[in-house]
Amino acid sequence: MTLEEGFFTALALVGTVGALRLVTAKNVVHAALYLVVTLAAVAAVYLLLAAEFVAWVQVLIYVGAIVVLLLFGLMLTRAPIGREALDNQQRGFAAIVAAAVLIGLGVLVWDAFGEAEIELGTSTTADIGESLFRSYILPFEVVSFLLLAALIGAIVLARREEG
Amino acid sequence: MIRVAFPLFFAAVLFAIGVYGVLARRNGVLVLMSIELMLNAVNVNLVAFSQFLADGKFAGQIFTLFVITVAAAEVGIGLAIVILIYRNRETINVDEINLMKW
Repeated sequence: MTLEEGFFTALALVGTVGALRLVTAKNVVHAALYLVVTLAAVAAVYLLLAAEFVAWVQVLIYVGAIVVLLLFGLMLTRAPIGREALDNQQRGFAAIVAAAVLIGLGVLVWDAFGEAEIELGTSTTADIGESLFRSYILPFEVVSFLLLAALIGAIVLARREEG
Repeated sequence: MIRVAFPLFFAAVLFAIGVYGVLARRNGVLVLMSIELMLNAVNVNLVAFSQFLADGKFAGQIFTLFVITVAAAEVGIGLAIVILIYRNRETINVDEINLMKW
């Protein structure tokens, strides 16, 4: 195991523990804070994979915006405390399905990419921007339009009916 | 130097935990958080393959940015729906929301 793989394993453990605590937390605000831990670990994984722009976008959008939005959602709704109030009756079934997904994906990944290695090159923000605005300009415009549609849709949905 | 199976396996673990969360949670906001976990797993995969294939156009990272954008839009709409349901039904438990159940 190389140095990078050691660091990666440590980050992956942090992210996995955060995710496990997220789906088992008894308090919804604690769940949101464990989500922050997992998202930060994923951002560090991006940095380790030499994808620095994606890492900072992850910190800005996910940790900065989405978690705050989710916390607002939790505060505007009543949040009971306790596992029975937050979980439904199919925990065992869900665990079986999740284990099947994990085993299936793990076997598949190991079978397909067992010893293949990543040559960590550099990918600067300038490279990403050049690729984005040369090769992927149409998807970029489509995504901006999608954001506009989501903005209007959220306003229309959450607005209080008057009169 | 890092084996590509490491990030792929990490992504598989995150995805499986997200699947568990979506199936086992009944609070609507917690279900949304579990969906975010699954989207993050996909993003880890995309970035890992982007660096693994090294195609010069960084397609995987570009698509990660798109997925993050779509995730932001999804959370915005999802929370608007959750708050609307809470206003109308006084609950956000997804197993009690059966208006459209046949």
